[in-house]
Amino acid sequence: MNHSRLTAQRLAALFLLGCALFNYPLLALFNRAAEIFGIPLLYAFLFGSWLVLILLMALAIERRED
Amino acid sequence: MLQQGWVIVLVSFAYLGVLFAIAYQADRRADSGRSLIAHPTVYALSLAVYCTTWTFYGSVGRAAATGIGFLPIYLGPTLMLALGWFVLHKIVRVAKANRITSIADFVASRYGKSQLLGGLVTVIAVVGVVPYIALQLKAVSSSFAILTGYPEIVMPARAGAAPLLQDSALYVAIILAAFTILFGTRHLDATERHEGMVAAIAFESVVKLVAFFAVGLYVTYGIYDGFGDIFDRAQEVPKLAKLMVTADTAASYGSWAALTFLSMLSVLLLPRQFQIAVVENVNEAHVRRAVWLFPLYLFLINIFVLPIAIGGLLHFQGGGVDADTFVLTLPMAHQQEALTLLVFIGGLSAATGMVIVETIALSTMVCNDLVMPVLLRWRALRLHERQDLSGLLLEIRRWAIAVILMLGYLYFRLAGEAYALVSIGLISFAAVAQFAPAVIGGLYWKGGTREGALAGLLGGFLVWCYTLLLPSFAKSGWLPEQFMTQGLFGVELLRPQQLFGLTGLDEISHCLFWSLFVNLAAYLGVSLLRAPDAREARQASLFVDAPRQRGELAGWRGGVRVADLLPMAGRFLGPERAREAFERHARSRGFAGLDALPADAELVHFAESLLAGAIGSASARVMVASVVQEEPLGLDEVMNILDEASQIRAYSREVEQKSRELERATAELREANERLRELDRMKDDFISTVTHELRTPLTSIRAFSEMLHEDPKIELAERSRFLGIIVGETERLSRLINQILDLAKLESGRAEWTSTEVDLAEVVRESAASMTQVFRDKGVTLDLDLPPGAVVVLADRDRLVQVVINLLSNAVKFAPAGRGRVAAAVAVDRGLAQVTVADNGPGIHASEHERIFEKFRQGGQDVLTDKPQGTGLGLPISRQIVEYFGGRLWVESEAGKGARFKFTLPLQDTR
Repeated sequence: MNHSRLTAQRLAALFLLGCALFNYPLLALFNRAAEIFGIPLLYAFLFGSWLVLILLMALAIERRED
Repeated sequence: MLQQGWVIVLVSFAYLGVLFAIAYQADRRADSGRSLIAHPTVYALSLAVYCTTWTFYGSVGRAAATGIGFLPIYLGPTLMLALGWFVLHKIVRVAKANRITSIADFVASRYGKSQLLGGLVTVIAVVGVVPYIALQLKAVSSSFAILTGYPEIVMPARAGAAPLLQDSALYVAIILAAFTILFGTRHLDATERHEGMVAAIAFESVVKLVAFFAVGLYVTYGIYDGFGDIFDRAQEVPKLAKLMVTADTAASYGSWAALTFLSMLSVLLLPRQFQIAVVENVNEAHVRRAVWLFPLYLFLINIFVLPIAIGGLLHFQGGGVDADTFVLTLPMAHQQEALTLLVFIGGLSAATGMVIVETIALSTMVCNDLVMPVLLRWRALRLHERQDLSGLLLEIRRWAIAVILMLGYLYFRLAGEAYALVSIGLISFAAVAQFAPAVIGGLYWKGGTREGALAGLLGGFLVWCYTLLLPSFAKSGWLPEQFMTQGLFGVELLRPQQLFGLTGLDEISHCLFWSLFVNLAAYLGVSLLRAPDAREARQASLFVDAPRQRGELAGWRGGVRVADLLPMAGRFLGPERAREAFERHARSRGFAGLDALPADAELVHFAESLLAGAIGSASARVMVASVVQEEPLGLDEVMNILDEASQIRAYSREVEQKSRELERATAELREANERLRELDRMKDDFISTVTHELRTPLTSIRAFSEMLHEDPKIELAERSRFLGIIVGETERLSRLINQILDLAKLESGRAEWTSTEVDLAEVVRESAASMTQVFRDKGVTLDLDLPPGAVVVLADRDRLVQVVINLLSNAVKFAPAGRGRVAAAVAVDRGLAQVTVADNGPGIHASEHERIFEKFRQGGQDVLTDKPQGTGLGLPISRQIVEYFGGRLWVESEAGKGARFKFTLPLQDTR
């Protein structure tokens, strides 16, 4: 019970994080004509943070024991 | 090879055949209990039915136009899946507990199983999803047309330009309809689950991902030299460099947020997503894997969108090639036959997956929530008497699938050309977003009512029609241009895409704002007009408190038999299937078989949810109610339902019960008090009457005594007359007192009775004899009519004499002097001895017949001058005596015709 409540809270926190990452004003911060490792900054930021978010979600929900 | 149309057709059919084989295999495995889809990865993959040709072809088109603008459609679902642990998990649990079979069923069930609501959701879903289906038809038919041009790259002719019978989209629609009908409506499942379909959809998700990935890899690493190379080249072209950033304006960010929000809702509320994620879910634990695997799938299928878009824009710089087709035309342009074919198959799988699940979900809704409720109510069809309706249900679904696909084709002909793929899809997204307040609100808020949900859905849907659907027709020229530019009836404020002058938003954000604003306002506003009724409160508690619900079935009362429920379920599911389900239910509850199964609330709930699978919960409720004589919910049950949620309510119910008991006690006390007061008043009356009766003779005795005392010179004759009066009054006084005492004894039950066998004739004869002098004095004749033998009753002899003398003296009192006649008779009639005393006096008016038996009520007193001749207690006493011995005393008389007093007593058996 305790564990699943913790999972739920972690996921809720990740949801809020995602809402912040994928919206103005953080989005505007990276909305510049620049590149990082040859990839436009905005794309790198969005895909990068998206992947990190998915990994964190996987981590939060698949961790069996604390 | 590819330019041969038949090759493509053959490959397409071969692919559909593979799908069919997978579905068939999965269904067989499911029947033998080794489910192919009972795996969280399969569940997550099947969720990817979200990715249609919109994703497969349309994303690249969108990216070519707006750069990153295609992405919110996939970020939204990622965010929603993060909430999936709460929202999706809860919906799955609620849906399983209530056997929900579609989103229409979900909404209808949540708001008190309202058929109207289910029908409305169905209509919105069908109308809203039609553009989405048109999108698939457009993508498949145009990809087919382009493919047949191989190796030339020729854009297909305008939709609607080709004659109807040469329009490949029509054939695509017909083939998809036929395939879906074969695929999805082979048999009827009570839970509306289609294991075969889910397996096929998961397979298709793999195919489309592989195909898209292959193109992406080929373009990125085959044509170009990796991501860096592509982006570098794009930077060199000013038009493409602009795609690397998005417009830095409030409107742009607002539209970004709106699309994210819209796709968040859609991944949950699209009928096919609901079908796959909720209805087809085999195990709620599968949601766990999907939370990250499904977003990962979305991530993977989007990685190569931009490289392909840029590659396409670089390659086809002259234009003339629709960016929506880059996925297909890039490999074509490089003569990659196999890859081109793989892409076509990938697109086909994206389209078929969507169309299959969507139309099956919609056909279930149309059948269960729209057609069946109407047919069941249509008495002339006599559906209630049909034995097996499962064939009819399948027939309705097949027609629904065909009609929906034809509607999609119609929309494609009417409006398909004015929009890119993604824009068509967004119209549908905005439509299903209208379900959000009713579904999500209903999941977390108990206050929503049926009217509120109806008002919200209807309002939102109408605004959607006005601001998005109608403009899509206007843009295709099917509605006058003025409608768009000048508003309805030329009223500028009513311009559909600048409603009330709201500008600065793109059409989707504009529609989303107004429709959800109206929707939410109506949902909340109307819901708050009244408190939920008993049924709504029960359903609300089932939905909102889902994780805490445990088995307990409250709120149902009624009389029902297993023998009623089973045939009814059999009519919809087929008799054998129903019987199996009932037996399984019996075993699961630990009973030996059907015969041992008690017809209780749980069974009714089971039957209802079983039926809900076949015909929807609202119809199922009507059917079960037709068999179960459901009693209305009593106050207690209602309280029960309301109380399930919280301890506080339970406590307040206890308080309420206590106060009810208190009220009842108070009422009893008040009544007792009233009775006491009445008795008190009667006692007062009695005393004042008695006092009055005693005073009358006393006054007269006193008056005459004083006259004798004060005037010694009174003549002897006068004196002796006075003394006579005094003696008479004294006698009357003592008689009165005796009778009062007698009556008091009788009434308090302290009288001494001796019951012996008494000859009634003898009693009358004796009483008459003792009265002879009285009769003679007044000159009244007395006739006796007595039977020869004894008439034996069980009574107190002296008391009977008292009664008869009382009746005789009354008779002689009222008989006219000199010519009066009194007759006393004893007779036997039907086991009763009857004594009659009749006179020829003035008689008694009918209104007085009962009153003369009241205490101190004297006959013949209506003439004021009449001196009272008796005590007014004789008849009441007589009646008490007769009734004590089990008899009756009454009078029969008419004014002017004499009176007949009669009493009866039960005869004593003299054997």
